[in-house]
Amino acid sequence: MSSVLVSTTINGDPVEFACPPEETLLDSLRDRVGLTGVKEGCGTGDCGSCSVTLDGRLMCSCLVLSAEVEGKQVGTVEGMVQNGQLHPLQESFIDNAALQCGICTPGFLVAANALLARNANPTETEIRYALAGNLCRCTGYDKIVRAVQVASKEMRKKSKKTKKK
Amino acid sequence: MRYEAPKTTKEAATFLKKEKGDAFILAGGTDLLVKMKLGISAPDLVVDIKKIPAMNAINHNASGSKIGAAVSGAELGEHKGLSKSWPGVVEATNLIGSDQVQSRATMVGNLCNASPAADSVPAMIAAGAKAIVVGSTKRRTVPVEKVVTGPGQTSLADDEVIEAITLPKRGKRAGDAYLRFIPRTEMDIAVVSAGVNLTLERGVVKTARICLGAVAPTAILVPAAAKAIIGTKLDDEALDKLAAACSAACNPIDDKRGTIEYRVRVAGVLAKRAAKIAFQRAGGA
Repeated sequence: MSSVLVSTTINGDPVEFACPPEETLLDSLRDRVGLTGVKEGCGTGDCGSCSVTLDGRLMCSCLVLSAEVEGKQVGTVEGMVQNGQLHPLQESFIDNAALQCGICTPGFLVAANALLARNANPTETEIRYALAGNLCRCTGYDKIVRAVQVASKEMRKKSKKTKKK
Repeated sequence: MRYEAPKTTKEAATFLKKEKGDAFILAGGTDLLVKMKLGISAPDLVVDIKKIPAMNAINHNASGSKIGAAVSGAELGEHKGLSKSWPGVVEATNLIGSDQVQSRATMVGNLCNASPAADSVPAMIAAGAKAIVVGSTKRRTVPVEKVVTGPGQTSLADDEVIEAITLPKRGKRAGDAYLRFIPRTEMDIAVVSAGVNLTLERGVVKTARICLGAVAPTAILVPAAAKAIIGTKLDDEALDKLAAACSAACNPIDDKRGTIEYRVRVAGVLAKRAAKIAFQRAGGA
């Protein structure tokens, strides 16, 4: 079996690796690139723990072959930290206790970030629909939804301030 | 396993023809990769069609629409023109899975996976959609209702691949709708579903196509239900006849999602509701 060589961009950095053609992006990210923020829950696209963005679109990395990401832009939870500063969503998840065991958290953060990128001020219903592809067995979801609402408010405040400057 | 990402549909068909082992087309991978993970499929060759320009395009103009086989549900939903002309087809496709799944899943993948409960299929069939099928030596155009022959089975030859779905030209007084019943608010598989597409002339139904999902081995077109509303203003009597025709056409299974009796009854109810929405969208009073 011959492996495929993949050249891609992950969180803005160029990355190259070789892997078997049937390897998923989830496995390559964890085992070859060392980005273990992406988690395997189900491996069949149901739980969202392995959520990443590919060219800005949210998807489950367990349902993507690594060979497919040649020349594309991959975004993981590790890329949400900017200059050593946690992303407002990450701060809000901590402040609002939106996690317990933490396995689902990176997936929720990536999915929530994708939602806020296209809708800066989502309603509670919109948040719940946008996060329906992410399962959490600890929190009961309410704290997660609240954390996203708080973060979206913070982010809107910040972007107003930046605009004023 | 080998991975190939050809640049043309013909090349993709040729890869399929030459492969002696199990070959699969990869579009969004939301069915294929699950089957690989679960050990249901073990491909020798995977042909990724997302590098083929014709597969990624949406063409929408006065003479009709063409949707490439690799166009994702999310891309379809973002297309304003299509959403306006064919809201039923777009909504049906957008009902499939989560946002994560929508970023990848395609209408053609939903069709070729050949599940009796596929959401986009009844809507496509009601819309009169056709599949452009490309083989290693020839091309053909097939009505969508002729593609699936049974659960997991299609009429495509080993070397054939669907390049795009076409939708007919859309007049002003036309509307379509798709409804499915699931026991949750979303993220589930249809227990029963119904797609309705109709056109009006002076407030009266002129043409109609009604298709049911999840009540037979394949999605089924119900001409008797269409006949029941053609020439009417969708009054209660016509709607009751439509519902009765839909229930009569069902040939469902009993399973954990629903009983035969339940599916038969709900098929009529859903078709009625979908017809009302389509009628309203067509500008009917």
